[in-house]
Amino acid sequence: MSAPDSTTGTQAGHQPAARPRSGSGRYIGQRVPRKEDSRLLTGRGQFVDDITLPGMLHVAFARSPIARGRIVSIDTDVARDIAGVHAIYTQQDLAPFNVDLLSFYLVPPEVETTPLANGRVAYVGEPIALVIADSRPVAEDAASLIEVVFAEEDPVVTIDDARRGMPVHPGAEDNIAAQMGEEEIDEDLQAQLDGAPHLITHRVVHQRISQSPMETRGVVATRDGAEELTLYITCQSPHLVARWVSLALGLPQTAIRVIAKDVGGGFGLKNHPWMEETAVILAAQLFNRPLKWIEDRYENLIAANQAREQEMVLQIALDDEGKLIASHGDYSVNNGAYPQLSECNIAVHMFVWAAYKMPRYGFLTRGWYTNTVGYAAYRGPWAMESLIRETALDVAARRIGIDPIELRRRNLVTLQDQPTTSCMDIPLEDITPAECLEKLLQAFDVSAFRKEQEAGRLQGRHLGLGIATYVEPTGAAGAITTMTGELAQVRIEPTGKVTATMSTHSQGHGTATTMAQIFADRLGVAYEDVTVFEGDSSRGGFSPGAAGSRQGVIAGGAAIMAADLLATRVRQLAAHLLEAEVDAITVDDGMVHVEGAPDKSRSLAEIASTAYGEPDRLPPGFEAGLEAQYRYQPPPMTFSSAANACVVEVDIDTGFVKILRWISSEDCGTAINPSVVEGQIAGGLAQAIGMVLLEEVRFDARGNPLAATYKDYHLPAISDVPDFEFVHASTPSQSVGGMRGVGEGGAIIGAPALVNAIADALAPFGEVPVDLPLTPTKILGVIEGRDLRSKPDSDQHQFIAEHTAAGPQVEVPATAAGTADQTAAPADIRVDGDWNMVLSTPMGPQEMTGHFETDGQALSGYLSSPEGQMEFTGTVEGGNLKFDLKVQKPMKITLKYTLAVNGDKIAGKCKMGIFGSAKVSGTRA
Amino acid sequence: MSKHTIEMTINGRRHTADVESRVSLSDFLREDAGYTGVHIGCDHGVCGACTVMVNGEAVRGCLMLAVQADGARVTTVEGLAAPDGTLHPVQAALRDEHGLQCGFCTPGIVMTMAALSAREKRPTEEQLLNALSGHLCRCTGYQGIRRAARKLASPEPAESTGGDSV
Ligand code: FES
Ligand code: FES
Repeated sequence: MSAPDSTTGTQAGHQPAARPRSGSGRYIGQRVPRKEDSRLLTGRGQFVDDITLPGMLHVAFARSPIARGRIVSIDTDVARDIAGVHAIYTQQDLAPFNVDLLSFYLVPPEVETTPLANGRVAYVGEPIALVIADSRPVAEDAASLIEVVFAEEDPVVTIDDARRGMPVHPGAEDNIAAQMGEEEIDEDLQAQLDGAPHLITHRVVHQRISQSPMETRGVVATRDGAEELTLYITCQSPHLVARWVSLALGLPQTAIRVIAKDVGGGFGLKNHPWMEETAVILAAQLFNRPLKWIEDRYENLIAANQAREQEMVLQIALDDEGKLIASHGDYSVNNGAYPQLSECNIAVHMFVWAAYKMPRYGFLTRGWYTNTVGYAAYRGPWAMESLIRETALDVAARRIGIDPIELRRRNLVTLQDQPTTSCMDIPLEDITPAECLEKLLQAFDVSAFRKEQEAGRLQGRHLGLGIATYVEPTGAAGAITTMTGELAQVRIEPTGKVTATMSTHSQGHGTATTMAQIFADRLGVAYEDVTVFEGDSSRGGFSPGAAGSRQGVIAGGAAIMAADLLATRVRQLAAHLLEAEVDAITVDDGMVHVEGAPDKSRSLAEIASTAYGEPDRLPPGFEAGLEAQYRYQPPPMTFSSAANACVVEVDIDTGFVKILRWISSEDCGTAINPSVVEGQIAGGLAQAIGMVLLEEVRFDARGNPLAATYKDYHLPAISDVPDFEFVHASTPSQSVGGMRGVGEGGAIIGAPALVNAIADALAPFGEVPVDLPLTPTKILGVIEGRDLRSKPDSDQHQFIAEHTAAGPQVEVPATAAGTADQTAAPADIRVDGDWNMVLSTPMGPQEMTGHFETDGQALSGYLSSPEGQMEFTGTVEGGNLKFDLKVQKPMKITLKYTLAVNGDKIAGKCKMGIFGSAKVSGTRA
Repeated sequence: MSKHTIEMTINGRRHTADVESRVSLSDFLREDAGYTGVHIGCDHGVCGACTVMVNGEAVRGCLMLAVQADGARVTTVEGLAAPDGTLHPVQAALRDEHGLQCGFCTPGIVMTMAALSAREKRPTEEQLLNALSGHLCRCTGYQGIRRAARKLASPEPAESTGGDSV
């Protein structure tokens, strides 16, 4: 597509042209049927397992039966002899490719992560060998005959094990995968917590979750030439996969085509390839035949990356009126052995108090390596912030004796309070949780419910009401390399039909529908005449697809901008051809009209045909054709807000929870298609019900997964999910089109709403420990006042004690500033010159070079990285360096470096404001 | 492994094949017969995605062997719509009520509802919902599926309850 300036734009904040005067609101905001449905309802979808290529062979993996140990030997002889087996590969065969399994941020992992086990295994299910055979059953037969001898070691399974156990990764000092925040609570903050009239210390334990898309992982890989590769893969963005594979394999991106027409759900699991997919891609290159691997459900439940296993203690100080004074959070997340990113989930702390007037917050946050399958995202990865805050606020309300709704009213940030910034420096301009709450209360009569609850209790019925409010950052773009804007390319064909290519990707999101609604609406054509293409990396431009509730916001804005550029061209051309003023031209239902001259009406097809085929009739300088494209860069963050009410009845004889009513009141700005919006929310709420009541990936003490089928891992069924009622507030956002993201919210707010309802129902029996899932056994334990589980959970007090105890638990390397080896000879502390350094941030290691010059105790120099070069001045004493750098992006913070030089090595740390400290290490250049 | 010759009618067409006895009906329908609308979500009988009709009854294709269907009349989701493309009432109801997102669970849900709807007596809402409790959908939260079931169960066309404001 040619893209001269007139039809191309990339500028942020560019306001769209006035909407075409006809057709206003005809499709945007309507519950039109989805474009995707007719093929999916008739079995004509194209999922990865539906692909068959000539000469294609099948892959199965031999996997580790133990959680930790050294591989002594691998014997594939018997397996190789099975008829129909073509090849068996181990890491030794794949090693020459030298592949880095990159994170979502496209940086190499903190710990070496290979496609197949490299001499050791670190979790049950880790792939050790890859079998290529005529069919999947034969490949499985052969895989089961591969003999592996292990020197087994004791695994580290839980977060608690990780704190005390042997490092999972040989050579590491500890099991900390990532860490931020302060190891000791700041003295002033501690004083505020200690001196408050009310201090709530609330602990939440969140079980491990399997994302469980109904379509498991899978890939068909075929090598088409020396450097060309075609992948059919179930994923969340073909563009991100193409970029990931090109960087991981060192191939030019243009040589890689990734196709994913239909995807059976992603939910964070399918952001990018991981071990098995990478192994298949490499094996296809080695063996030179198309290969297919489709994960079975057993593999998916034990060996696909998982999410959410985390613990947090939140302290909240309140005054007698229930006003918030200060808070501290201590968070830990199980990263497994090979996480898709070494994660300490800083977002939990960024957003925990974003919607509330909280004057002060401090935190410690850590991710831990264990001998379990690695961590990956799951819808609303930071959702712990809402779960712990909203459940803690209800505990506080009961403790202080204030109505939980009133407690929220006193502390929520309202529209009148804005613009303002949160205690974590998040700028807030238009969040509406307080307004969503009031709207919710118009739809739900709380006092009538309280009467019913009271009457019920007299009859032995235990009803409970849970209210939760939250905000969510959506449509983020710009702060992380992979989180970009979205590209819309649209054309009116010579036939008058509209085709568009989007950078979006749907795993059920219906983007081909919502984007078509926008184009039809803004171009004045029938919805039926618009077709949107996506799902192929050779079409459209880069975007990370479905990640972070972003497509409606960003791609919606791109579609509007591109459509408006094109609509302007249509009107210019029509005005010229029909001898009318541009302002007099309208387009409606595929017809071009001239105001006041009905006889001049022409079909859009006629105008379009002229635009392509009769260059002589075009206005001077008018580019032939009717095409436009626009890459929309939205504001850095767009907030969605919501308040939910959930009513449950708890059967105190069985411990079963029945959900009686659920109302979602949310503000997602402009709803392009309310049915699609409600579908996203409902899907998330159902997942929240699963988290609170049903789902759990458990391990035994040896790290064996205990949920290997859907008989052990309980997904919510239709009988577990009530009818959801929806109340929409639609405060337009500041992004083009006014949309706010809606993909993750249900999964975030649903859990605290339901937990609060259960806790309200059981209030007569005491507090309900938030240890998910709340199984009937755990609930009966609350009712009977004793722990009914076979293995009592005795570590609660220990956990809190350990975390509130003074004193750092982790030391920075001994060479760091302050603890630097002062006995080193003076010759070892030459500071001046150039250094290659690595800053270990939770987003992955960042490489930079440093240049230092000393003059007595004065230090000057610069740090340079791909982002640019920054100069500084500081001090030097012995080999100890101190200097500060002020950075503006992604937010304003001062980086305080303390480094120590020892010989040709340099090490120390960088304090990154509220983000805590990161390790720095390096060598002389 | 020894092979068996089987013959069945799939979506009205006769199909003959030699299959290993261990091949499930769902794998056979997908790989031998080419009906990839039969989806495999778990392969152990829990999710319902593989549901097809065998002699008019809804059956989990992953729990039945292809050889067991020798001589049977099999219908997959590909065989429901009219030849001119008009959707079966179950398919139309699911589309109208936004009963699907990714569409992976959908063929099984369609077949279960279609098998019940084909019976002489129109199924009650309760019968439909009971049958649907054996299907897992990770995307939709079942809202549109339940609305579709209500629509199919009630004698009069039910009003769309598109989840409008309460
Ligand atoms: S695939 Fe047959 S029930 Fe899940
Ligand atoms: S629509 Fe995705 S699993 Fe049901």
